[in-house]
Amino acid sequence: MLAYIVRRCLYAVPILIGVNLITFALFFVVNTPEDMARMQLGAKRVTPDAIEKWKAERGYDRPLLWNGARAGAARLTDTIFFEKSVRLFAFDFGNADDGRSIGHEIRTRMWPSLALAIPSFLVGLAVYVSCALVLAFFRATYLDFWGVVLCVAMMSVSALFYIIGGQFLVSKLWGLVPISGYQPGPDAVKFLVLPVLIALVAGFGAEVRLFRTFFLEEMGKDYVRTARAKGLAETAVLFGHVLKNGAIPILTGVVAAIPKLFLGSLVAESFFGIPGLGSYTIDAIQAQDFAVVRSMVFLGSVLTILGYLLADLSYTLVDPRVRFE
Amino acid sequence: MIARRLAASFVAAALVAGCGAEWNDPYPAADRGKNILYSSFVDRPKTLDPARSYTADEWSFIQQVYEPPLQYHYLKRPYELIPQAAAEMPRPRLLDAEGRELAPDAPASEVAFSEYEIRIRPGILYQPHPALATDAAGKPLYLALPEDEIRRKYTLADFPHTGTRELVAEDYVYQIKRLAHPRVNAPIFGHMSGYIVGLKALAARLQAENERLMEAHAARYGKADPGAPWIDLREYPLAGVEVVDRYTYRVRIRGLYPQFVYWLATPFFAPMPVEADRFYSQRGMNDGRNLTLDWWPIGTGPYMLTENNPNARMALDRNPNFRGEPYPSEGEPADRAAGLLADAGKRAPFVDRVVYTREKEGIPYWNKFLQGYYDQSGISSDNFDHAVRVDLEGEASLTPEMAARGIQLRTSVGTSTFYLAFNFLDPVVGGPSERARKLRQAVSIAVDWEEFISIFQNGRGIPGMGPIPPGIFGHREGEAGINPVVYDWVDGAPRRKPIEAAKKLLAEAGYPDGRDAATGQPLVLHLDTVQRGPGDKPRLDWYRRQFQKLAIELELRTSDWNRFQEKVRSGNTQLFFLGWNADYPDPENFLFLLNGPQSRAKTGGENAANYRNPEYDRLFERMKNIANGPERQALIDEMLRIARADAPWAWGFHPKDYGLAHAWLKNVKPNQMARNGLKFYRIDTIEREQRRAEWNRPTLWPIALAAALLVAAVAPAVVAYRRRERAAARTA
Repeated sequence: MLAYIVRRCLYAVPILIGVNLITFALFFVVNTPEDMARMQLGAKRVTPDAIEKWKAERGYDRPLLWNGARAGAARLTDTIFFEKSVRLFAFDFGNADDGRSIGHEIRTRMWPSLALAIPSFLVGLAVYVSCALVLAFFRATYLDFWGVVLCVAMMSVSALFYIIGGQFLVSKLWGLVPISGYQPGPDAVKFLVLPVLIALVAGFGAEVRLFRTFFLEEMGKDYVRTARAKGLAETAVLFGHVLKNGAIPILTGVVAAIPKLFLGSLVAESFFGIPGLGSYTIDAIQAQDFAVVRSMVFLGSVLTILGYLLADLSYTLVDPRVRFE
Repeated sequence: MIARRLAASFVAAALVAGCGAEWNDPYPAADRGKNILYSSFVDRPKTLDPARSYTADEWSFIQQVYEPPLQYHYLKRPYELIPQAAAEMPRPRLLDAEGRELAPDAPASEVAFSEYEIRIRPGILYQPHPALATDAAGKPLYLALPEDEIRRKYTLADFPHTGTRELVAEDYVYQIKRLAHPRVNAPIFGHMSGYIVGLKALAARLQAENERLMEAHAARYGKADPGAPWIDLREYPLAGVEVVDRYTYRVRIRGLYPQFVYWLATPFFAPMPVEADRFYSQRGMNDGRNLTLDWWPIGTGPYMLTENNPNARMALDRNPNFRGEPYPSEGEPADRAAGLLADAGKRAPFVDRVVYTREKEGIPYWNKFLQGYYDQSGISSDNFDHAVRVDLEGEASLTPEMAARGIQLRTSVGTSTFYLAFNFLDPVVGGPSERARKLRQAVSIAVDWEEFISIFQNGRGIPGMGPIPPGIFGHREGEAGINPVVYDWVDGAPRRKPIEAAKKLLAEAGYPDGRDAATGQPLVLHLDTVQRGPGDKPRLDWYRRQFQKLAIELELRTSDWNRFQEKVRSGNTQLFFLGWNADYPDPENFLFLLNGPQSRAKTGGENAANYRNPEYDRLFERMKNIANGPERQALIDEMLRIARADAPWAWGFHPKDYGLAHAWLKNVKPNQMARNGLKFYRIDTIEREQRRAEWNRPTLWPIALAAALLVAAVAPAVVAYRRRERAAARTA
């Protein structure tokens, strides 16, 4: 297994370089270093001299990818791409274009993101799996039929509608929780109740329907029939056999999603005023802050690779037939 | 049982979280009833350094902390400068090239220098700050910290000791020198170096010194090290700025620049104690800690920044060392009736703490205002109809719902202008030719700004008759103030000329019925604009319709903001929209937008239309240097006459600002030129508590209903499950 992990980590290096190169290219197709300087310096009374100074201070006064004025390896290394990318691989994110430490921001903001993402993830998983099992149990009954109808209806509605509707009903009309905001510590509970509830509702339709399909597929297999033929109770069949085997495809998505919980939710964090990494990324895109965009994309890539690695490793735990050879 | 447990858990969670009476209260229960003002912000401040910050949002924070020598009177309009930290208003001393003093009314051509001597009031103290902390022997505690000690500090609160000292003239001089500092990159350096004697030379010296120091620093710590060695600006004299005595300093300006006093009311000219610069320059302060002037301002003002989490919340606390400032006892005639003079003479500030919460989305922000959790609010277009109704005369008032809540509406005309520019360098619409001039005039008549304001601004604006908005010297009301090219004066009010007048002008320009008379080709004009999303479509369609009135085909060239700016900078545009927000309330700050030497394409200046009229430019040079009075008004009238005839802009409109404040918030008067009025706000906290409790009573039946629904859904399933488990096996 160790050799497998090492091999996967080595595979990750070219992937990360590629992602970094694509991010770099996409960003600088739309923006130039001069645009970035103007965005930071404001629109009024900005002189060309001030722009040049800003670029020089932050290392944006070099060529993007190839420095023809230099010799040897410096042609590649004395460029914006190299200078800005190489430190990422040591997880040294440097400073944002407004001069603030990105590492500090990530360390500060990941906690609110996790405070929202972990309960949403865990409660959601428990509720979705339970409901999917119930629907599978009552397959081909009115409960299953109307359950699926409800799922389809719920997955057809935009998450934004749930957010706005939830804020209107639960906070404004009923006055049960704050409409937005965040405080660390135990006070966070009252701010997280509504976004967690909405995350749960927004994901309900799609997830329950998907999980139900996995469980139904398992329930039609021979080993389930055998279990029933042995006289096992339906709960024992469901939880002892169907859930275990149906969990394998679920695990693929779930485990891969765990590391990405750090990255937060772009929309929910903005609407609920939660100062997490999702809103940090959105802010950076709006402010054309390449340093932050690049760091967050890099972090996202690393976490995605890590997530898939964990998912692959978790197969060995739930399915003894899988071996890393 | 499950449902009951869920409901009980929810209620328990809410109680544990300290919700108290109002479950939806977003603030800590411990703050209830305290003298705290609650406000919000949208964008993270990029910097709170007074030498770098140049946006209204950032000034909302730092103008509570820093005290420049001058400020604007809180209540009087037109805006009037009064002393803040200064003992009295400075009067310029005019000098000739040999340094001989001239009469105050000496002609501009004889004036080589203007000297401003500014005397500050003794006894003003800085806020408590670790940079000013000293031991018993008076030795600074934190100005030479070892790096390992700095590594343990993350906020100013990690420094156990603070100190203060008296504000002195040297602090103001130090800040002016910072404008030339290569690492500060002050946005007004380019502008000020043209006026303040020696500022450019100082910048060159500092640049050389900085390069030398940074090279040595990089050799020692590596190029990536975020630290930078401190440059003690006291060792670098600035020829035009000197300390006269402990409380007096002098600034020498090239030629005449009467508008310089307005700059003395901006944070750029606020004092900076050398200790703070040295404190924040210590290696490691900015290494992931953000212990910089960008984050932690230091001032003598009524408030000090005590919490800086720009991702979520920022807080200002009352500066315990603030001397107190009397609430103004004079204002506009209507101020007394509005209750704005009720606190006259009382010592401000009245509010103990100001909490700003970040609100990126409009819906939660508006609802929290309606719930009473923000004390004041702006009005977005989405909420305008909910909050305001406009009668047939155009008078705005609150809707009954808002009025019933005791909310107050405050309106003011912004010191800004929004216009449609014709690029004077363009061969079709630009230049001084009669043909192009008449084309511009025709378009100016056709573009119906009254309609634009009504549709897209909810009536919040005044059609422009020229670049100068109301409230600024030079603006004329009534018939004398209308733009005769576009308007007629009918029944005591301006009326836009009929479209036939525009068509006639267009025909005279050589485009009868929108076709080039020489070639027969349809006239196609190009409008460069920024498209931010599908929501812009109605606006873009409206633009097309305005030109269709003249049978002109309008081609829209949409791009992002960067490309748009680039086109304007390079003069590669034909028509475009732009706006300007005043730096100071002087006509020069608007009329310079049409000054030829300020051409954006040629000199990078603020004249984005690249308009050039030698007569206008000549009058501008005279107008900018004289005091407000009949002579200046006559010059402005003539300049406006020229500009209106040349029509380099379709004059657009001056936006109106509408603001709402709850009944418990007193002394709110919009001030377009300054953001330092917070010190005069007063809150009736008892009324606020009562209203919040009244508006936010929790409704509990939905929880019971949800529980009942859950039981109703689960119970049949449980019954069916049991029935199935007990049933005998069926035969096939």
